[in-house]
Amino acid sequence: MREKLELVCPAGTPAAFRAAIDAGAHTISCGFNDETNARNFPGLNFSREEMAQSIKYAHRKDAKVLIAINTFPRAGAFSRWSQAVDDAARLGTDAVILADLGLLDYASHRHPTLRLHLSVQAAAANADAIEFYAKSFGVRRVVLPRVLSVPEIAAINRKISVETEVFIFGGLCVMAEGRCSLSSYATGKSPNMNGACSPASHVEYREEAGELVSRLGGFAIHRSAAGAAAPYPTLCKGCFEAGDYRGHVFEDPASLDAASLIPQLAEAGVTALKIEGRQRSRAYTEAVVRSFRKALDDHAGGRPIIAGQLRDLTEGQQTTSGAYRKAWR
Amino acid sequence: MSEARIIPGFPAVGAAALRLAPMAPLSLLGARLAKNLGRRHPSLFTRLGDQAEKIFLIDPSDLPLVFRLAPRPVAPRLEAVRRDRAGRWDARIAGPLAALLGLVHGVYDGDALFFSRDLVIEGDTEAVLALRNAIDNEEIDLAAEAAAMFGPLEFVAAAPVRLLAALGSEWSGVALARTPRQRPV
Repeated sequence: MREKLELVCPAGTPAAFRAAIDAGAHTISCGFNDETNARNFPGLNFSREEMAQSIKYAHRKDAKVLIAINTFPRAGAFSRWSQAVDDAARLGTDAVILADLGLLDYASHRHPTLRLHLSVQAAAANADAIEFYAKSFGVRRVVLPRVLSVPEIAAINRKISVETEVFIFGGLCVMAEGRCSLSSYATGKSPNMNGACSPASHVEYREEAGELVSRLGGFAIHRSAAGAAAPYPTLCKGCFEAGDYRGHVFEDPASLDAASLIPQLAEAGVTALKIEGRQRSRAYTEAVVRSFRKALDDHAGGRPIIAGQLRDLTEGQQTTSGAYRKAWR
Repeated sequence: MSEARIIPGFPAVGAAALRLAPMAPLSLLGARLAKNLGRRHPSLFTRLGDQAEKIFLIDPSDLPLVFRLAPRPVAPRLEAVRRDRAGRWDARIAGPLAALLGLVHGVYDGDALFFSRDLVIEGDTEAVLALRNAIDNEEIDLAAEAAAMFGPLEFVAAAPVRLLAALGSEWSGVALARTPRQRPV
């Protein structure tokens, strides 16, 4: 029997939270209903009371809770973020996921027993950067950016003193996380500070001559022909003309599915696998968590992993193993 | 395993019958349903926030009618109207009836239905997102909501209503109630 990897699952509502745990999640990542987390969408996330009840539910079922406070505090508004850290500690979270240096410093001094995880938003992509966070703030786990290959992850794990968590399924960003300004340019709202890439208030869909036209902040960013799969209204997945080329200049609308790489990621020393999608429904959460929990159990039991079962739920209806397998090299 | 992607269409004979049906009784039922939903799921409005002031046009593309939803916390309204009398709205959500009810019952994922073009949204995207998230969190079972419309006789009505919902689901292919796996345990 191999050592079992930890499955970290997203939840955007208390209902999705319960669905994830009932489907076999070991750990839930979630956030408060404000700009302190990177999925600040309307109708999503948890009030303090809902978070308290959800944490109790998770602990009754032997699951853990990670509260993401992973946006970057705006100048003059630090107290909103520090209050979120204080509340997370008071409510009994198992860890907080942070990105900002100031907030890490605050949390490590104010709550020395609170377990700190480094968000993917911090974009720590080498051993030296990770060790800096570990030694300076006592960070215990780092969520690695989605730009590393499996051999690079293995090399990092050999040199660091903390756990690593990597994305296994869900939406992909083309940029090293935390450094993308595309959505800010089009909407005036920063994903990294306001917590929403392509905020819904700036998104417009319209059927024009049989095509679905997506606009962000007034810019037409994609036209989907009748019957063609539609992407999220993000600039990185938009279709543009550049010279003689017309197409996805930055990135194709595809989602990460690295189920087939679970054995290699385990071999590379990864502790936890993370599913993206706090903005998705409980139907998505239930289906994806159940599928990956089975995959992890099969891996631990030495059975073959059945991959590629979740394409219908993905953006663009197509999947990729992303940077884990850099086939273009 | 992923959800099945084949979304059943409402039977043509049923749609034809609805074309002749008067809207008033449907609207009356809708009004009662909305009132009960508001009473039984108050957190729906908390999650909707300011978006509760919007008018949503729920447009089942395989039916000859649409629903105007005004999810006001004090007096929520759900009204059935002919498609050509839809009036003004802030946000429109269109798709097969089975897809729309599947969203309510947690059978389908809204983003996946959007990716596959089974769901069309227009107008105020922020309002649509808030409504989707608010409904998803409530774990609504329309059969249970229908039974609750009988007030103190709910416990008597529950079994027949669930049986009717099961028969209706079998005939139309549309999930009129949550399946046991989707109901809280």
